[in-house]
Amino acid sequence: MNKDTFSRRIIVALVKDNPGVLAAIVGVIRRRGINIASLAVGHSEKNQFSRMTFVVEGQEKSVANISSQLNKLIDVVEASDISDKNIVWRELALIKVSCNQSKRVELLELSKIFRVNVIDVGLNNITFEISGSDSKIDAFVELLEEFGIEELMRTGRIATLRGATKVGMKEGEFNSKHNSDIYLSKEGETGSV
Amino acid sequence: MSENLYKGSEIVCQALINEGVEVAFGIPGGAILPLYGTLNKYPEIKHILTRHEQGASHAADGYARTTGKVGVAFATSGPGSTNLITGLATAMMDSVPIVAITGQVGRAAIGTDAFQETDITGATLPVTKHNYLVMNAKDIGKTIHEAFYIARTGRPGPVLIDIPKDVFDEMSIYDYKKDSKVEILGYNTFEKIDESQLQDAAKLINNSKKPVILAGHGVIISKAQTKLLELAEKAQIPVVTTLLGISSFPEDHILFTGFPGMHGMAYASITLDEADLIIGIGSRFDDRIVGNAKRFGINSKKIHIDIDPAEIGKTIKIDAPIIGDVDTVLRLLNPKINTKTHPQWLKRVEHIKSEHPSLLIPETDRLLGQQVIKTLSDITKGQAIICTGVGQHQMWTAQHYKFINSNSWLSSGGLGTMGYEIPSAIGAQIGAPDKTIWSICGDGGFQMTIGELATVAENKLPIKYAILNNNHLGMITQWQDMFYDGERNSETYTGNPDFVKLAEAYGIKGMRVKDQNELSKAIIEANNHNGPVIIDFVIEKVDYVYPMIPAGQSVDQLIEENKSK
Repeated sequence: MNKDTFSRRIIVALVKDNPGVLAAIVGVIRRRGINIASLAVGHSEKNQFSRMTFVVEGQEKSVANISSQLNKLIDVVEASDISDKNIVWRELALIKVSCNQSKRVELLELSKIFRVNVIDVGLNNITFEISGSDSKIDAFVELLEEFGIEELMRTGRIATLRGATKVGMKEGEFNSKHNSDIYLSKEGETGSV
Repeated sequence: MSENLYKGSEIVCQALINEGVEVAFGIPGGAILPLYGTLNKYPEIKHILTRHEQGASHAADGYARTTGKVGVAFATSGPGSTNLITGLATAMMDSVPIVAITGQVGRAAIGTDAFQETDITGATLPVTKHNYLVMNAKDIGKTIHEAFYIARTGRPGPVLIDIPKDVFDEMSIYDYKKDSKVEILGYNTFEKIDESQLQDAAKLINNSKKPVILAGHGVIISKAQTKLLELAEKAQIPVVTTLLGISSFPEDHILFTGFPGMHGMAYASITLDEADLIIGIGSRFDDRIVGNAKRFGINSKKIHIDIDPAEIGKTIKIDAPIIGDVDTVLRLLNPKINTKTHPQWLKRVEHIKSEHPSLLIPETDRLLGQQVIKTLSDITKGQAIICTGVGQHQMWTAQHYKFINSNSWLSSGGLGTMGYEIPSAIGAQIGAPDKTIWSICGDGGFQMTIGELATVAENKLPIKYAILNNNHLGMITQWQDMFYDGERNSETYTGNPDFVKLAEAYGIKGMRVKDQNELSKAIIEANNHNGPVIIDFVIEKVDYVYPMIPAGQSVDQLIEENKSK
């Protein structure tokens, strides 16, 4: 893939908890040959609505259009590309590492440095819970590799805007917001002209 | 207080009637039998029995395009529902409002690979604007009203409702209030137009020296033909239409400048290219017009008026977008436009038209497709409603028929669906019983949905089918000759039936025309015949559509005519 046209975007979507909504969203992304690098879904603050965060990668032109295309789905209340915004994001990982008694102290020391929780200790393994930016998780995983990682699972990013601005907006604000800000902002953001 | 309980199938019929449905196109099968069992109780809904579900979906499409109302199609589960898909995809690409109701296997059987079970909501996800699987009779009414609202508002499109067989039989209340509004959180119909967008666009138009309007299907969907005419005349802007924008602007108007793109008039493509401002109205700058996106309109700024924000900037860079319904946008925009003339520009456009006349029909004593269309256009005075299939005959019709009335052109522009010509005309004739419908067909596409001739005969629909019969997939021959080193394969139709005998077998008047001299007489005779007619026009075997801009290229590579001839 041509490097200068390759793009990676973070999209946050508020969606109705209807069967098939995930399939519809994935369909919009899949048919454009865009890869979903990570996807996290869970209940939102609104009853019967879920919030999704996903990281997509693909050709710049098709990736840039994705949030607009997603907004056309009836079960998507709102999808926003927040990649260029001032955002905070976190990812959670559970890592099970092989560990006999002789290595245990060393591993626990490491976990303190990374401020990682130990959630299970077995006779021959230890399970860590780490949250943070993906680079922090990457760094910790790299350190653990020499001990022997038995299992690694990551949730993918969840993200939100810093400060008072909400990604999902209140129902009343909805129409006016849709008309101007998101699609057609003049700063040349993704999804705009 | 005791509430009335209805069967699910009764709720379907009542909800359809409340949505103003008068006609439904379909064909029964196992899982939708409960609905057909109820239909007799509701004579308000006229059911047109098609011979294939694809026919039902295209007929619903033709009905919707002609009337501006939502077309309705019924089909059973499994193969019945999958047969609808081509019609739904056609409607999706061309923004046509359809509600399709399919039967599904009983709730207990769903997911068991039961007889005639297909996951049709899964299968139609990419070709519908939205779809539903209704698992309780109490949800049927609400779902149908929501589906109609979604189908006809915003950018229209097809919606499918899948109902399990036992849900049709389940008893439930149906609570309908005439004035209740459908509200869907997050669904935006963009009724409020952004003032700053209007101002930016108006400024560009008022400052432009060489503007051109590119009018698309959105003008027709939004019924904005009058406002478009007003804008064009006020600021003296030449108008080119897209393929589906044909009949959004009267073609006998001095400002009409043809349609551009792959098989459009050369003068339309050159005018677009020389302009300093392209005002796209209800068009999506599709690849058949844009060709090479990097080269398209390099001399111009672009305004894009569209109700679908996802279309803005999708294929080309837009300088001033306006999101909203075309009619509403033009109502607000037109007063901001200065009354103005561009004498030099209009003179230049006239010059381009005379330098590149584009539509000269070659001198020959043989019968050509172009002559058929030209003669038909003259005899019907451009007043007929025209349906087409897809291919050379479609392009010749777009080029040589002079459309005077708005919304008189039905063609599968986006999906390019061969086989659209027979059933779409059925829907159009039922939607416009007093109008003369001519359907221009290729001998290839005609055979794809040929079974619907029975539907035409049964309902005595006075449609005139004109087959431009060259015993070839003409456009395929053209592409194989031009782009595949003349390596022809599977392009010849040697097994064509005798279309006159075929017509007669259906009880339809059949005619054959082989000679230019018989052309006018035959068309007049067919036009005056009080019933369906099929005319087999035996045209030149191999003929090419010109002008042509090869796929993905630009106006620089425009081929005006066949130099080798």
